Amino acid sequence: MIAIIDYGMGNIHSVRKALISMGAETLVTNNPQDIARCDKLILPGVGAFGDAVKDMERQGLIKATRAHIEKKKVFLGICLGLQLLFEKSEESFGSKGLGIFKGTVKRFSNSSGLKVPHMGWNQVQFVKSACPLFKGIDNNSFVYFCHSFYAEPAQKEIIASTTGYGADFASILWQDTIFALQFHPEKSQGVGLQMIKNFVEL
Amino acid sequence: MLTKRIIPCLDIKEGRVVKGVKFTGLKDAGDPVEVSKVYDAQKADELVFLDITASLEERKTLIGLVEDIAKNIFMPFTVGGGIGDITDIRNLLNAGADKVSLNTQAVKSPELIAEAASKFGSQCIVVAIDARQCRGSADGNVGWEVYINGGRTPTGIDAVAWATQACELGAGEILLTSMDYDGTKNGYDIPLTKQVTGAVNVPVIASGGAGSLAHFFDCFHEAGADACLAASIFHYQEYSVGQVKEYLYERGIPVRI
Repeated sequence: MIAIIDYGMGNIHSVRKALISMGAETLVTNNPQDIARCDKLILPGVGAFGDAVKDMERQGLIKATRAHIEKKKVFLGICLGLQLLFEKSEESFGSKGLGIFKGTVKRFSNSSGLKVPHMGWNQVQFVKSACPLFKGIDNNSFVYFCHSFYAEPAQKEIIASTTGYGADFASILWQDTIFALQFHPEKSQGVGLQMIKNFVEL
Repeated sequence: MLTKRIIPCLDIKEGRVVKGVKFTGLKDAGDPVEVSKVYDAQKADELVFLDITASLEERKTLIGLVEDIAKNIFMPFTVGGGIGDITDIRNLLNAGADKVSLNTQAVKSPELIAEAASKFGSQCIVVAIDARQCRGSADGNVGWEVYINGGRTPTGIDAVAWATQACELGAGEILLTSMDYDGTKNGYDIPLTKQVTGAVNVPVIASGGAGSLAHFFDCFHEAGADACLAASIFHYQEYSVGQVKEYLYERGIPVRI
């Protein structure tokens, strides 16, 4: 069973709908006990970093998510769900993320005419083509991004793909059973659905 | 490379897709769910749904219809029309919208933009601006005035200044519709779009006037739009989204084919 964390900030339907279309058994939950029981966990992440940390903390979801990851069970973070794996974010000073990965979450700079948010379809350049999520997907495929912040991991070896916006940033992270996508696979038509299928089949 | 987006727009009235000229003379253009599925299959980059009479008749956007559309597509989906407060926004996001588009209420109470952006993030707050050309007051230059209530009420507010202010308050995107060009098929309002793309540092969606393939090219190339929105040209199957993108691709505009 795949649990999808819903801490009350908005649209998680599309993630669920995409999983169901792949025949997955899903459960949308904010209950730590459900998380303890699931095989795979998805943190979709909507809203701001600080609010998310606060809401998750209050509902016991930080601890439950960390426990899931520490047990080496499969985890997928999407968008803010990727950023929450880090210790801190420029979006919300003083808020403490899950701290699974070392590094920080930064805001795109408006300098050199870069528009923020980074919004629209951009390419994923494979760094680790062995990543199981890439099965059946071509290098440089287009996926849908919608974010103002990006992660800068201290360990470069967890970067599975990069995307160019101003400079290259980490768009997919992968370490053992931990997967995280800065874009929205559930909004990325065929390519995104294939990644979700690969995740379901892990 | 980040690509330019092509966005079909569903203007919805009483549960049907409609399209008019300069915001009046509405004609039926199909069932919203069916039309949405067609655009998803055509690899549209995004879909915009505007409940065009919601604001005027003070109706709430048709949540059920939003749910039905969201269930059937796997692309980003923006919903607008009659959004009055944070609860409306939350309800729409819960119904399956990825972004919401604020218009009349944002003009009446600009603090709604700031509140919504801090709650849900700028990336899901679009400010829609309906603008009509007017004489600039001081120097006699051309200017554009913001209209609200579905284009029925002039506000005396300068469109470029309002776009700038909306972004300062936290809007993550501007959906800019030229009322003079809407539905005319005479091309996008290049001077208006250019003014706004030059004034803000968030993405700008140009809307109103697409009638030929060259109009899309001009809007990206000359006005620096990040996305072009169109309705009639797609609804009446004059061109598919794919045909527009192929045309642009051949002329060096970055698009997702």
